Amino acid sequence: MTVPASAPAASGELFLAVRGIAKRFGENAVLAGVDLVVPRGSVVTVLGKSGTGKSVFLKCLAGIVTPDAGEIRFDGRALDTGNAVASAEFRRRCSYLFQSNALFDSLTALENVALPLEQTTQVPNAEIRARCLEALRQLELDRHRDVYPGQLSGGMQKRLALARAIVTRPELVLFDEPTAGLDPLRRNSVFEMIAKYQRQFGFTAVLVTHDVPEALAVSDRIALLDSGRMRFQGTPAEFAASADVAVHAFRDSASALRDTIAAVRRGEALPSEDLP
Amino acid sequence: MLQTLGRTSLAVVGELGDFALFAGQSFSSAVGSRKLGRRIVRALYEQGVRCLPVILIVGLFTGLVLGLQGYYVLNRYGSTSVLGELVALTLVRELGPVLAALMLVGQAGSALAAELGIQRNSEQIAALETMGASPHAYLVAPRLIAAALSFPIQTAFFSLVGIWGGFLSGSLLLPLSGGVYWSSVHLAVRSPDVRECFLKAVVFGLLTTAICAHNGYNTHRRSRATGARAVSASTTRAVVLSSIAVLAADYLITSLLVGT
Repeated sequence: MTVPASAPAASGELFLAVRGIAKRFGENAVLAGVDLVVPRGSVVTVLGKSGTGKSVFLKCLAGIVTPDAGEIRFDGRALDTGNAVASAEFRRRCSYLFQSNALFDSLTALENVALPLEQTTQVPNAEIRARCLEALRQLELDRHRDVYPGQLSGGMQKRLALARAIVTRPELVLFDEPTAGLDPLRRNSVFEMIAKYQRQFGFTAVLVTHDVPEALAVSDRIALLDSGRMRFQGTPAEFAASADVAVHAFRDSASALRDTIAAVRRGEALPSEDLP
Repeated sequence: MLQTLGRTSLAVVGELGDFALFAGQSFSSAVGSRKLGRRIVRALYEQGVRCLPVILIVGLFTGLVLGLQGYYVLNRYGSTSVLGELVALTLVRELGPVLAALMLVGQAGSALAAELGIQRNSEQIAALETMGASPHAYLVAPRLIAAALSFPIQTAFFSLVGIWGGFLSGSLLLPLSGGVYWSSVHLAVRSPDVRECFLKAVVFGLLTTAICAHNGYNTHRRSRATGARAVSASTTRAVVLSSIAVLAADYLITSLLVGT
């Protein structure tokens, strides 16, 4: 059963609208008509199991992967391969935070942050330096400006990647599993960081993650990607109240796991469909 | 059979077209790229300065061997006085550009292919694309410009050290007079020979650097391998194709120049 998407929050106008995005790799149809609405100034989180195509979907939004079908409208303008002006405009106003951070290991922290400004704008060098130092200061990395990414901890690398993403003052930031591989404390701090800087800089954010409780806390809207389509779209409250089987399974995965472990300890056999 | 031949031919033509577009895009993207000079200097250091010891060592031993072999062959005909000419022309026209290029492919070209392959795998190239920056301008153009500048210099060093190697063999280890050797070198090498040497060096530099960059840049397109294996496959392919390209281009340039 597919739960119809609820209307976007009334607080903001539609900033990004995705309709019918499809992507196939050989015989594998990863996305089969994905829709998403992102109001301006909101945080929208796309949840989904591993391998459901969340990252592919985000890369389609960023233009790294070209979708086979569908339409993406950014601030009212359609983005497609034939519309170079709109694509360039989108890239100027959008940043992407990679799961792997994608930092240049041969550049220092300061040089990494300066890279997008140096390569895509005509901002004078003195202003680039001032803006980069300010971004590093805001993310509490100013003491590490001459350090290479490999010398930083995982959390600091994530902050450095965020500094690089926000230094161009984007209106839209796409986060690809920003907490992958982090421990619970660092995971929380990354979500705190996203909430804090989203409020501070006012950008619109689209997040892809597995972390349900944190996503519910930080997001204005939740979407659930399942079998190549958006199974659910709505507010965190609607997500929490949804009776949809897939939403239920995702939302209550922690309590389901506790029940399963208890059953195993009691010596009860696991139903075969529960096995990974 | 015919189908396989057709498919292979199409793939080769497609690859050549893709390579030509890649090289053209890399050159054109350099126009107006900020801080290009700084990146060229860095590339000159990596492709030039760091490779110089290998060039000097290989150049010296090539000259030593040429002097030794040449002396005994010429001695049979009583013509040891032209040893300098033999060593100098062989090095300046052929062995200098070719062997220097092969050495540079082995050291700088393989490093470039591997570096770009890793940058592709770790999404650094995708990061540049999402920023709206040109990966060609940032990563490839400085390497191509640096190659066009450094290959002729490296080749000149190779040839000069090689000629000195020939002198060491012929006049210090063997009984040829030093004056005869250097006089023969002086009389033999003319400016067209030096022009041929530099022309070959520039062509080899651009060709091999573009091939290595193209292979590293497109590591993700290797259908039979992923991750580290794809980087390894791209690097190997880059070195093999570059080496073949050097020898093929050498034959082509020599044919054209000899004809004129």
